[in-house]
Amino acid sequence: MTKRELDTAPIQEIYRRDGRRVFATLVRLLGSFDLAEEALQTAFVAAAERWPQAGVPGNPVAWLVSAGRFRVIDQLRRQRRMTPWSDAAEQIDAMPDGASAPDERETVEDDQLRLIFTCCHPSLSEEACIALTLREVCGLSTEAIARACLITPTTLAQRIVRAKAKIRDAGIPYEVPGTDELPRRLARVLRVIYLVFNEGYSASQGEDLLRTALSSEAIRLARLLLELLSEPEVQGLLALLLLQDSRRTARATAEGELVPLDEQDRALWDRATIAEGCALVRQALRSGRFGAYSLQAAIAAVHAEASSPEATDWAEIVGLYDALLRFEPSPIVLLNRAVAVAMRDGPEAGLMLVEPLLEGGGLGRYHLAHAVKADLLRRLERPVEARVAYLTAFELTQQEPERRFLVRRLREIGG
Amino acid sequence: MKYLCLVYLDQENWSACPDPVCAAYAQGLIDNDRLIAGEPLHPVHTATTIRVRNGQVQLYDGPFAETKELLAGFYLVDAKDLNEAIQIAGGIPPAKYGSIEVRPVRQLDLSDAAG
Repeated sequence: MTKRELDTAPIQEIYRRDGRRVFATLVRLLGSFDLAEEALQTAFVAAAERWPQAGVPGNPVAWLVSAGRFRVIDQLRRQRRMTPWSDAAEQIDAMPDGASAPDERETVEDDQLRLIFTCCHPSLSEEACIALTLREVCGLSTEAIARACLITPTTLAQRIVRAKAKIRDAGIPYEVPGTDELPRRLARVLRVIYLVFNEGYSASQGEDLLRTALSSEAIRLARLLLELLSEPEVQGLLALLLLQDSRRTARATAEGELVPLDEQDRALWDRATIAEGCALVRQALRSGRFGAYSLQAAIAAVHAEASSPEATDWAEIVGLYDALLRFEPSPIVLLNRAVAVAMRDGPEAGLMLVEPLLEGGGLGRYHLAHAVKADLLRRLERPVEARVAYLTAFELTQQEPERRFLVRRLREIGG
Repeated sequence: MKYLCLVYLDQENWSACPDPVCAAYAQGLIDNDRLIAGEPLHPVHTATTIRVRNGQVQLYDGPFAETKELLAGFYLVDAKDLNEAIQIAGGIPPAKYGSIEVRPVRQLDLSDAAG
């Protein structure tokens, strides 16, 4: 290893750890995502020139922010001299004056929150929010995001460019919403993080590692958000992600076959992650200001703490679904509740709740609803009807692992 | 910033919102220095669409595009940012029956480069 490599190691570490924090503050100071990205790169180039000799400054984040800001403004001023009527003059005049900064640590944290809330603004489509959050908050490359989201890099890049143009031209403010707006705005942020997690969680083992990495990225995002904003539903979401993630290795075989919850090898569940998730759920529920994510996490926690499907407290789970229905009165929640009722009171009771959901309840085209019905019929030893329901479920899903699972069930009942 | 809030309604709900209700909301915006202009429109059967091609003016009977929800009126408002514009748009009475599209107003580019 040469001396130079030794010297740049701390810069790379700071880039990895603090790069996006520097970026978030630069967006506020420069009023533009693109200028901030340019300033960020310039600042790190300057750091690579200065720090190996002069040493890493005491507050590298502040150093990088001021170096990036100074260099970009300087560059804009020079352009302004050359083309007097360019946008540069307006851009410089419109720049907020960073001189009167209050407590610096607090400001940097606020900037990260500003960045998250701006990237997850409800006037942007969910897919735009996902792309923008992964690019700007997490700092993933467009190539990595495109591969993980199974779209072409061109489509992804266009999506990001359009979203940034809308933020700029439509006047989406770079701010943390006030208390009156916070619940509604936070709901979108939580949903975006949850969608990022699912994007990675739905990927099977054999698929691109970048795809499964999205789940860890979502957990990192939820942790960051909780550090910045200690709200019960943020705890609830982080708990839900951790508890689902704790079952990652148990939910599919090495060949990529799905393993349902009641057949999973519970020794494979990650105990440390479960403990962290359960502790967070308890905190969230104790606050009394929890919502749908905390309740879903609580349900996941009851499963996680049971030593076997039979030892699960199904009455508790039914009660939690009842509470969840108040926040989210959807047929999907009703379906999940029916499964819990079937475990508590037997398959006959579950079937009575599932059938109305399929007939006029809005789930007639939902493959999992038919799979649930099929499963209940199988347990009631009514194989002919079960077979029909499994086949319907099979026809309604395109996902290969789901299809293979249904074929396995069909074979088990002699179909 | 200026935003144009376009009010879209389908035939069924064209008159669902009483005029005095709309007038009262507009007055509230005027009192808060938010309204630059706002008017309701006659139904689309009164529309004429105009195009100039090869120097010739061509007229068409009817609106530019036939859609289920049609342009029924507009509010040109002055708002701090998109959040405030959305808040104003959400209060426009016909929002309960139709849709309000919020569009930021841009400035004409008069620099040399734009020709």
